[in-house]
Amino acid sequence: MSSNPQVRGVIVAHGAMARGLVDAVRHIAGDAADGLSPLSNDGKGPAQLKEELEAAAGAGPAVIFVDLQRGSCGMAALSSCRDQARRVVLSGVNLPMLLDFVFHDELPLDDLVERLIEKGRTAIAQPLGKS
Amino acid sequence: MPIVLFRVDERLIHGQVVIGWGHHLRPDRYVVVDDELASSDWEQDLYRLGAGDSIADFCTVDTARERLAEWRAESKRTIVLTGDIRTMRRLAADRLLDGERVNLGGIHHGPGRAEVLSYLHLTDEDRHDLRAMTAEGVSVSARDLPDAHKVQLANLLRG
Repeated sequence: MSSNPQVRGVIVAHGAMARGLVDAVRHIAGDAADGLSPLSNDGKGPAQLKEELEAAAGAGPAVIFVDLQRGSCGMAALSSCRDQARRVVLSGVNLPMLLDFVFHDELPLDDLVERLIEKGRTAIAQPLGKS
Repeated sequence: MPIVLFRVDERLIHGQVVIGWGHHLRPDRYVVVDDELASSDWEQDLYRLGAGDSIADFCTVDTARERLAEWRAESKRTIVLTGDIRTMRRLAADRLLDGERVNLGGIHHGPGRAEVLSYLHLTDEDRHDLRAMTAEGVSVSARDLPDAHKVQLANLLRG
């Protein structure tokens, strides 16, 4: 995370994916990964998952990264944003998006979210073009 | 083709249902039977996001019991979901689901619940309701995904 983090990051994903993504961020960016909290839906019902997500996100600005919008992780994330203008859900989480987050979590939430969407989208590419 | 699946899953419309079962059964519509959700527009909108291109309808148990024959007669392939066993039992009362199969897909641990399968945790009331459903002609089994091992109710209630 940056030296003056303003936004928390929570990854909510199926199975071991969230833990794996944080581990990958740590391998590349070191302690900056401390700005991310992983959360798995494994073995959890909707109420428990939402409760754990609320605790991880806290009361301040937060970005909730989810793997799949059309899943229990996405549902819990969206549900937790009710009446929470300072909490944003981003689906389709990928590693470039997370790496950008941990180095720019001092930005205002709206600016950060716009940036992360762009980073996440441009990371999906065919580097060598069509064969 | 009428109702292609009756499922109990506390997560209702979610990945396993929409992707796992949805890919297998290709439903046109999900019907969520839940008295509370039937009056919550905000929550319904969330679940509709999860349903993708399929229709998502929400109704009370009473309305579902009235409309069951209509859904069976329609051409739309329909998956009927409840979030708990008690609601499915209420839907099935008076042999309304006689001859149907009910799939138990996901009830996670909580107060008073004992693990039966990794994805299925039952209370004593759940066990009672499941027995009551079978007494009314319903075949109950557990299976989280279409290609997973199906566990019949008798095996779930052992021990």
